[in-house]
Amino acid sequence: MKARFTSLTAMALALGATGVSAQELSILIDNTPASSGAFTALTEAYTAKNPDVTFDIEVRPGGGEGDNIVKTRLATGEMTDIFSYNSGSLFQALRPSRTLVPINDIPNLDNLNESFLQTVADGDGNYYGVPYEAAMGGGILYHVPTYEELGLEVPQTWDEFMANNAAIAEQTDKAPVIQTYRDTWTSQLFVLADYYNVQSQEPGFADAYTANEAKYATTPAAQAGFARLQEVYEAGYLNEDFGAANFDDGVRMVATGEGVHYPMLTFSLANIEQNYPDLIDDVGFFAQPGESVDANGLTIWLPAAAYIPQTSENVEAAKDFLNFMASSEGCAAIVSANGATGPMLVEGCELPDSVPRAVSDMLPYFNEEGRTAPALEFLSPVKGPALEQLTVEVGSGIRDAQSAAELYDADVTKQARQLGLPNW
Amino acid sequence: MTQKSPYPYWFFLPAAVIFLGLFIVPTVASFYFSLTYWDPFEARFAGWDNYVQFFSEPFLIRGTLNTLFFAFVTSVLKTILGLLLAVLLTSGIFGQSFLRSVVFFPVLVSTIGVGILFQELMHPTEGAINVALAAIGIDGPGWLTNPSLALFSVALVDVWRGVGLATLIYIAGLSTIPNDYYEAARIDGATRWQLFWRVTVPLVWPATTTVIILSLIGGLRLFDLVWAMTRGGPGFSSDVLASVIYKQYQAGFWGLSTAGNVILFLLIALIVAPLAWWLNSKELDA
Repeated sequence: MKARFTSLTAMALALGATGVSAQELSILIDNTPASSGAFTALTEAYTAKNPDVTFDIEVRPGGGEGDNIVKTRLATGEMTDIFSYNSGSLFQALRPSRTLVPINDIPNLDNLNESFLQTVADGDGNYYGVPYEAAMGGGILYHVPTYEELGLEVPQTWDEFMANNAAIAEQTDKAPVIQTYRDTWTSQLFVLADYYNVQSQEPGFADAYTANEAKYATTPAAQAGFARLQEVYEAGYLNEDFGAANFDDGVRMVATGEGVHYPMLTFSLANIEQNYPDLIDDVGFFAQPGESVDANGLTIWLPAAAYIPQTSENVEAAKDFLNFMASSEGCAAIVSANGATGPMLVEGCELPDSVPRAVSDMLPYFNEEGRTAPALEFLSPVKGPALEQLTVEVGSGIRDAQSAAELYDADVTKQARQLGLPNW
Repeated sequence: MTQKSPYPYWFFLPAAVIFLGLFIVPTVASFYFSLTYWDPFEARFAGWDNYVQFFSEPFLIRGTLNTLFFAFVTSVLKTILGLLLAVLLTSGIFGQSFLRSVVFFPVLVSTIGVGILFQELMHPTEGAINVALAAIGIDGPGWLTNPSLALFSVALVDVWRGVGLATLIYIAGLSTIPNDYYEAARIDGATRWQLFWRVTVPLVWPATTTVIILSLIGGLRLFDLVWAMTRGGPGFSSDVLASVIYKQYQAGFWGLSTAGNVILFLLIALIVAPLAWWLNSKELDA
């Protein structure tokens, strides 16, 4: 009788002990299909290897509302063990050295791409994040069948691009350029995706801009992005409903050929794949062309990443999960869930042989030295919040490019002062 | 002679604590925070910088004018339409209670829902309004995409949404006018127009005061409908003070947006307090 009691106690103790070693990690992610796909695949793969660790994934909204949720939860110590957030200037606004745990000591850190690491670093050589998405290109999605029908070539310069638009306007009733201002953020692409061209003409622009020495309005290469938007509007190349159309309309138009050029980020390929899987190979991609054939390259967006807050009670377990994310195995789990929308920035992470046409159009830029430049928001913490309203105004003919560039400079000054950046 | 309250003072304590904690303290705190650069992580003292910034914000002048225009247009329309509808709906016409419900119904619907609904109805090519106009040969405008029309379209929707409340207040006001005045006027040979203008309008003045004050305050601080329909766009053309303030908050400039709220508070107080005093002074002793 006594022996039986003891063995029961031992069993209970043993069960209790497993209860202690089993761990649950909480993760806060944004509400895009790509994020939930990546984290579902990653956590399943990780739990398969480490059955003791389970996950609780919580979803938050994106955009400005999501920024507020992340900042508020960090500031109040209510953050989950791991959370997803942008890299670059938005990441810097989280005050990483005061709120996040550096991950310099995870073994797989060396697998991560160097230019990515710069966007999740503080000034003291600490790194904080591991990517869970592919790098994106910002450029122009185009409708391939229309190009073939009219015998057009992918443009290498802005003039060639405008000549293609003229040919499309003349020979078809399709909209040469698609703009979708109900979702105001989509209006910024002509300006933001022009940054490769800015950098090729003014190599020191990002540093001078951060130091309050270079301005959009007084740097012709930088002002050109606004001017190009104005030029396209004035030529009458936009779709009729540009003011009321939204991002989903834009994706539909470029996939079905209602419109021919859609300046956009390549993450939108996932939307085309989801909504128009049969048409995915009708959509091609090229970088926003600039002044000369010799300086043709792509402006890229570095992916969002997963971070660990200092308030996490499971730092070591969370680091081990991030280490898994930075392995080729973790990366493969993401690719198998989300497909390939661009190069993954983890070494040894191969893309499948068949990728959508627009992705294979984009890869050559990454494979050649010097044909990509990160967008300005990854090089400088300075970014004004009113850009999307200003580009809507330029693209709708309400304001001219020069005045928009001047107002954007004022907007940027406000942001830098609010953030307390030096020199402003 | 002042009457002594029948209740001991500590009866007021629970209400006073709630009022102090939830209203007075945050209000005073907001004056302090409007003087700082404030984000989730810290508040650095900034002096008057936020106010200087807010007044040099290029879109603030536009936003202020838009706010005043919006408040004026919607108040005038709500007052006139509300009075006319109330007169109609107290005249004993067929289906009166049903029609009263119909007029009041939009007040009960969520503002965001109304905004999203009208955003679809006002779509320049696929929206029901322009499709209907096209059917009778009229080329409808871009209600929300034309920068000079967008704010006006939002104002019309706000009137549609809010006129029910004005009508309700007027119906209550009309029912307090004793029939004797109308009888006496009729015996004196007053026409219908004179009855309306010389009896109804002066005697319903307390209701008019309430309607004007309520719709003016509502118009000055309007946010949800603008945000649901245009987000202040295209560009900045339908921005109002509240949407400018919200955008500063969204960008993470909490101190700046608090300063904007203090300015909005002062603006409403400066406009509404004298107006209320003037309107009340015109009330008749009925």
